[in-house]
Amino acid sequence: MASVTYEHVTKRFGDVVAVNDLNIQVADKEFLVLVGPSGCGKTTALRLLAGLEDITDGKILIEDKVVNDVAPKDRDIAMVFQSYALYPHMSVYDNMAFGLKLRKYNKDEIKRRVEQAANILGIESLLDRKPKQLSGGQRQRVAVGRAIVREPKVFLLDEPLSNLDAKLRVQTRAELTKLHQRLQATFIYVTHDQVEAMTMATRIAVVNQGVLQQIDTPQMLYDKPNNLFVAGFIGSPAMNFFDAHLRKDGNNLFVDTGTFSIKVPDEQAKIYMPHVNKAVIFGIRPEDIHDPKYEAPGIIAELVEGKIEVTELMGNEIFLYLKSGEHNYVARVDPRTSFKMGDDVQVSFNMGNMHIFDKETEQAIR
Amino acid sequence: MSKKPKSAKTKSKLGSLLVNGILLLIVLLWTIPTIGVFVSSFRDPFDIQTSGWWSVFPHKEWVKIDEFKPADDLDRDSVMKIAGVSGTFAEFRAGILKPDGEKVTWVGNKRLGMIQIQEKKWVTRTKFTLDNYDKVLSGKKYVIKTSSGATKEFQGDNFSGALLNSLTVAIPATVIPILIAAFAAYGFAWMQFPGRRILFVLIVALLVVPLQVALVPILKDYVKLDLNGTFLAVWLAHTGFGLPLATYLLFNYISGLPRDILESAFIDGASHFTIFMRLILPLSVPALASFAIFQFLWVWNDYLVALVFIGAKPDVQVFTMRLAEIVGSRGNDWHLLTAGAFVSMVLPLIVFFSLQRYFVRGLLAGSVKG
Repeated sequence: MASVTYEHVTKRFGDVVAVNDLNIQVADKEFLVLVGPSGCGKTTALRLLAGLEDITDGKILIEDKVVNDVAPKDRDIAMVFQSYALYPHMSVYDNMAFGLKLRKYNKDEIKRRVEQAANILGIESLLDRKPKQLSGGQRQRVAVGRAIVREPKVFLLDEPLSNLDAKLRVQTRAELTKLHQRLQATFIYVTHDQVEAMTMATRIAVVNQGVLQQIDTPQMLYDKPNNLFVAGFIGSPAMNFFDAHLRKDGNNLFVDTGTFSIKVPDEQAKIYMPHVNKAVIFGIRPEDIHDPKYEAPGIIAELVEGKIEVTELMGNEIFLYLKSGEHNYVARVDPRTSFKMGDDVQVSFNMGNMHIFDKETEQAIR
Repeated sequence: MSKKPKSAKTKSKLGSLLVNGILLLIVLLWTIPTIGVFVSSFRDPFDIQTSGWWSVFPHKEWVKIDEFKPADDLDRDSVMKIAGVSGTFAEFRAGILKPDGEKVTWVGNKRLGMIQIQEKKWVTRTKFTLDNYDKVLSGKKYVIKTSSGATKEFQGDNFSGALLNSLTVAIPATVIPILIAAFAAYGFAWMQFPGRRILFVLIVALLVVPLQVALVPILKDYVKLDLNGTFLAVWLAHTGFGLPLATYLLFNYISGLPRDILESAFIDGASHFTIFMRLILPLSVPALASFAIFQFLWVWNDYLVALVFIGAKPDVQVFTMRLAEIVGSRGNDWHLLTAGAFVSMVLPLIVFFSLQRYFVRGLLAGSVKG
């Protein structure tokens, strides 16, 4: 078990910068999720750690030891590939035992470890089968099993759930979390799915275009996104953004979107005051927009007029697609609401959870 | 025309019937000579001289049912009346049909000939023998009594020795290039080294060098190295000329294997050599087999390379050379030629049919991901 450190790591493929000056410290036993849109460099970051790509610049450390020039097999890591990469001509047992055999473990030890891993993953009955004869979920378990038997310092998982169907994915998500707790190992997990990131991670690193955007716990990432990209990427439906500017009127501060203007609560106003008259982006999450009748007590609500264009019933909630002037936005409201499609309504914005981003730098103003 | 879909269906049915019919025809046309050789090789030498191989199938033929000497006092220069029909000698020689379907034929010359009454009957000529093979394959001496009573000594053609030589040439000449090419293909596909592209292009470019151009220079070198007339000479020649295609084919296949599997093996602690032996070779069996068929057939059927590098040394002569030789020395002994030819075809046929499923798969390798 070990910590992992990326120090100013850069990877270039020709002129393309895949990973740009990446700095991450992964603590021992942490479950770190690297998340970002496809092509953002998260998989490359993982492959750099695995030793499958050479680092252009910077250092990667595993347990305080620089591993830049260490061969993949000597880094004491195990990787689960998106395609599972099982050896098609070997049985499940041989697939799992392959790495151990190469490391010259004795037969009894190999058998013990493989059986233990199979037991953890519930694939004891499949040990004699070939990968071809397994379902997607079973293959995925074998791939994880192959990583477990090695008892490595660090587990690397590259989108291991993306080839599973939706139901199995949810189930496996929980199992991986359990596995992490049981093995007490360092996990580094790459995904483009922010739900996977939110549910499994102890910390999430959001990457975009090779640059680390923010690294924090899921809750902090959700509540206090550093910039526009993180705010838009984490959460579904995504945060609503409005082009706006901050207007001072007497002692009060208003967010003016052109169509409507909303009073900023006093507490936040203190922070935003230095940015008066600046072009900003005002952000608010769909669940912070309520039907005034069912809004949670104690929130700082401001009313905004809008027209409901579409409603989507999700069972436990309703998504309202609203339009106010030029602005389209989504609200996630209580299912008891009487709002109908086509209605002109007033919704209340919970301004206690508002976000303001600098329009130029796209950084959060806090 | 009212039911359009049905007519379209009939049309497609008709089309497929047509296609299948034509294919069947082509297949028949293609296999008939082989069948002819096959059948002939089992027939009695006398039968081969007097009738075609197709006479082994049931067919109608004039068969003698009665034979007698024409009366001595018959005037053989005028119209004669024999067995109820009349005609001149020439007409009898050609055969005269009786109303009941029998034929009266004069066999032999005017004075000593016999009259045969013949009838059309279904016959099959099924006098088969393995003697031809025995004579061709073994090298021992046969004593044959000719019809005049004299004995003739007859040397067997000793094809079994040539057959062994052919195998001795073909098997190493298949295995060696495959082994080398598989290593090379793996290196080109998965190892980073300077000049990789240029080397690969060079090797592929060697495909255009015709064998014939290189014969004389290689022969000169072999003479200097004293390799002429040895199996090693032929192995080396076939290896050299097989390698470019082998490397290219195997490269296509091996470079198409999923990268993840190799990377996973790297992380598992495998070296390049382990990966090659434990992963690449087992996974490339279809491509290896398909090239093995190619190379084996090519080497087995090769005449030119063997002729040039082995020459006239009888103890190392390969099959094709022996076959060419007996065409000259026994041009009329069809029973031996066909038997020899068929022996030479048996092995390739076995190889092809037993590895057939790899053949098509391997040829598609690289073009279609499966």
